[in-house]
Amino acid sequence: MSSDFLLRRLLIAIPSLLGISVVLFTVLALAPGDPFGELVTNPNVPAEVRLALRASLGLDDPIYLRYFRWLWAMLQGDWGFSFVSRMSVDRLILQRLPTTVAVIGASQILAIMVAIPVGVLAAAKPYSMFDQIANTFAFIGFSLPTFFTGLLLILVFSVQLDWLPIVYSTEVGGSGLTYIWNAVRQAIMPVTVLGLFQGASLVRYVRSSVLEVIKLDFVTTARSKGIGERKVLVLHVVRNALIPVVTLVALQMPIVFGGAIVTEQIFRVPGIGSLLISAMLANDTPVIMGVTFVFSCLVVLFNLLADILYGWLDPRIALR
Amino acid sequence: MAGSTLASPSVDPAAADEAARAGAVRPAAAFSPARDAWRRFRRHRLAVVSLGVLSIIAFAVVFGPFIWRLAINDIDFAAQLKPPSLAHPFGTDDLGQDILARLISGGRISLAVGLAAMVVAVLVGVLVGATAGMSRGHIDAGLMWLADLFLSLPQLPLLLLVIYLFRDSLKSIFGPEGGVFILIVAVIGGLRWMPVARLVRAQFLSLREKEFVEAARALGASRLRLVVHHILPNALGPVIVAGTIDVANAIIAESTLSFLGLGFPPDIPTWGRVLFDAKDYLDVAPYWALFPGSAIFLAVLSINFIGDGLRDALDPRRVM
Repeated sequence: MSSDFLLRRLLIAIPSLLGISVVLFTVLALAPGDPFGELVTNPNVPAEVRLALRASLGLDDPIYLRYFRWLWAMLQGDWGFSFVSRMSVDRLILQRLPTTVAVIGASQILAIMVAIPVGVLAAAKPYSMFDQIANTFAFIGFSLPTFFTGLLLILVFSVQLDWLPIVYSTEVGGSGLTYIWNAVRQAIMPVTVLGLFQGASLVRYVRSSVLEVIKLDFVTTARSKGIGERKVLVLHVVRNALIPVVTLVALQMPIVFGGAIVTEQIFRVPGIGSLLISAMLANDTPVIMGVTFVFSCLVVLFNLLADILYGWLDPRIALR
Repeated sequence: MAGSTLASPSVDPAAADEAARAGAVRPAAAFSPARDAWRRFRRHRLAVVSLGVLSIIAFAVVFGPFIWRLAINDIDFAAQLKPPSLAHPFGTDDLGQDILARLISGGRISLAVGLAAMVVAVLVGVLVGATAGMSRGHIDAGLMWLADLFLSLPQLPLLLLVIYLFRDSLKSIFGPEGGVFILIVAVIGGLRWMPVARLVRAQFLSLREKEFVEAARALGASRLRLVVHHILPNALGPVIVAGTIDVANAIIAESTLSFLGLGFPPDIPTWGRVLFDAKDYLDVAPYWALFPGSAIFLAVLSINFIGDGLRDALDPRRVM
């Protein structure tokens, strides 16, 4: 892979980020009232002070000027202050981001660990008993909304069996091994909910990707050389079939973030998803904009990673 | 091995040959495309069962209020949090309101949101896809860049952002019910047109080069007539399949919003909203959460299976 390819991909990511920022700013600008101007609409502020404030905040400038000023502030890391917690938005988000990334990362690993073996086995014998059962479970898996699976798990494992804690907390008790066990225990349910939902849709992609590859001539060649079926499958088919799956994992990221917001809200995981919801319920506009922007950046970042990984795994792509 | 992987479990080569032979002998009227599609759909057993389940749900939601006459907001403190009984088959909530009546009335909204959002998404998608597919060069490239941009927007955060910013002003114009309905439908539909647009464009790109389109063009058909009478009807199969899946996705999106407390107001008990109210009473009244959750799950699962059956019926070329 050449550095030329890397650079080209990086440059493609910039217009997407700019486009997303335009969409976000347009939504904000079209919204009625001054979402950022809490002070400006306060009735206790006299009219002339209000006008001066409006002018100093630049609320009366033409819209493109306001966009560039907003973008410039975002780029410099000046994301404003939370109305509620009186803390700068970027610090608030940075505080919460690691938890979200950890939960999403763990659930992606779970999803991949479930989806790849099941999908490959299902494709190895298409329309067999196993394939049909796997397909039915995949349908059930992505038809079950995350908020319902979350409540079901709480109902079974916390309320009925009392095995796992309902609420995720940053300060788990104990030290050493007990600390690790407590931290893992409280993450089990959120990670399972997200991972199984994601795994269910991945199974179908893995299966159809393996079915595509299994038809190709090089697989027939490998078989006719007398290589065992298992070796053909693992060494020749799966390695090639997984290349498009890498892209799919990244392209599913927007949906995963949606699932993460819901799961964080159900299990009260202190990540940026639950931060977004509590900010909305408290009308905390700077935080809402900041979190939405971070989610957008993460999506673009994952698309970029997928492109680069794809070029590395399949050099034919990088040459184009 | 190459030929042994069937396109779909419902395509039986021997039966298809036989049908083709019979079709050649039989008069043309007995073998219409619709009848052929229905024959293929019927082979997908789960899709047929799902069609039955969905019909029952739709029937219950549409005609339920005429049969089950309890009011949805009939507060009865004597019957608080009662488990299912003859008087209240699905039990009662914390205000003694009948859950069955609330689910029937909420199901109307949930299903209506799903259908309306699908219509919006399909209309926008067909319009964008057809425009891109018929015009070459800059317009095509620009529209597809826009579709890619929208695909990399984080859907749920953006949905939440738009609803947060615009809810109050629409509420004052269209009333609490209508305003939220229009907003949710427009936003869900407006964020889901991209897959349809890409499908339609791909279909148009191949169809517009076909001989029958060339023949129509040679006979002097206008561009609009070519699109509406010749190309679009042939491109509809995959669009119907994608539209079906969109209904399921929109139902989940609406339920998610309501579950987060940011969708419909409390006096409109959509399925997600009932679940939101029930989630704090999991330990004392698990049935309260189980019934609306199962309703969402059953509706979404059956729509997904019907979509899968329709894929077999309308899109036989696509090999999974």
